[in-house]
Amino acid sequence: MFRRITILGMYIVLAMAVLPQPAYAMHIAEGFLPFNWAAFWFVVVLPFWFWGLRSIQQTVKSNPGLKMLLGLAGAYAFVLSALKIPSVTGSCSHPTGVGLGAILFGPSAMSILGGIVLLFQALLLAHGGLSTLGANTFSMAVVGPFVSYGLYRLVRRLNGSMPVAVFLAATLGDLMTYITTSLQLALAFPAQPGGVLASMLKFMGIFAVTQIPLAISEGILTVIVFNLLATYNKNELLELSILDDNKALVVGGRNQQHIR
Amino acid sequence: MSTAQKNIFLLLIVFLLAAAPFFLHRSAEFAGADDQAEDTITQIRPDYEPWFKPVWEPPSGEVESFLFAAQAAIGSGIVCYFLGYSKGKKQREQK
Repeated sequence: MFRRITILGMYIVLAMAVLPQPAYAMHIAEGFLPFNWAAFWFVVVLPFWFWGLRSIQQTVKSNPGLKMLLGLAGAYAFVLSALKIPSVTGSCSHPTGVGLGAILFGPSAMSILGGIVLLFQALLLAHGGLSTLGANTFSMAVVGPFVSYGLYRLVRRLNGSMPVAVFLAATLGDLMTYITTSLQLALAFPAQPGGVLASMLKFMGIFAVTQIPLAISEGILTVIVFNLLATYNKNELLELSILDDNKALVVGGRNQQHIR
Repeated sequence: MSTAQKNIFLLLIVFLLAAAPFFLHRSAEFAGADDQAEDTITQIRPDYEPWFKPVWEPPSGEVESFLFAAQAAIGSGIVCYFLGYSKGKKQREQK
């Protein structure tokens, strides 16, 4: 535990070293984040990538049968990221699809799975970017999954039903991704009068409002997949300690021993 | 309600959410939010030049549509294969 905090602290210091002096979507397009900021977000996301790799290794080692489910989580993000859906604001955006994997495998694994999706889109679709991969991964594959996972645990602990927990987790995770993107852009491009906050509100107006119906759609789709998994893949879910037949503490699955 | 019925009902809601914008905004352009973000950045800092270009850009909107469709198809293929496989496995176990 202590070691983790120390390493985390070191990374924060390193990240701050790269942090530029204040000067004044969907995903951030290629080249649209100044070099210092782009580098900063890469540094920030790096430990999450290591963590994610380790998490995936652990999961696969402890139960090789979960490999297919992992593939499902990745494929789900793959599909949803490709869907350009129109929104009531008159523009289009994409859902993220990372909520499902975050609930199933925990948020750390999604940094890798989400990162792969983003890499694919940056290389083949000129959507997002390589320079902005760090920033986009942080918003979509780190913040989003952590929020989803945290919310899922919270609602379950408050004895909320599974569909409600999944829906809220996926929907709000999606929204947080885009709010984070707005923040990233606002930090890099503070408005002349108003600074970071004014910029952030502007970007949020573009991204976040458009995203609301999409986030709801993503929440619903995630619930649908969950319904199917609960019906046909009870064993895997039990192994991941998501479902349990009695309300007692369930051991096994991953390093959490509590009901998920 | 069975699982299938619940899921179909939910899918209907998603479909309505996606279709509603076309009725609410008859003449809207439905540009991507990414482009709007680029415009806003230019507004805030007119002298900003992107310092990196995409390694490769799809040569046309058609090719881009193809790639998005391919991405969705591959992902859906994997998802649906897994779900079908799981359903088959369960039915076999129940026999």
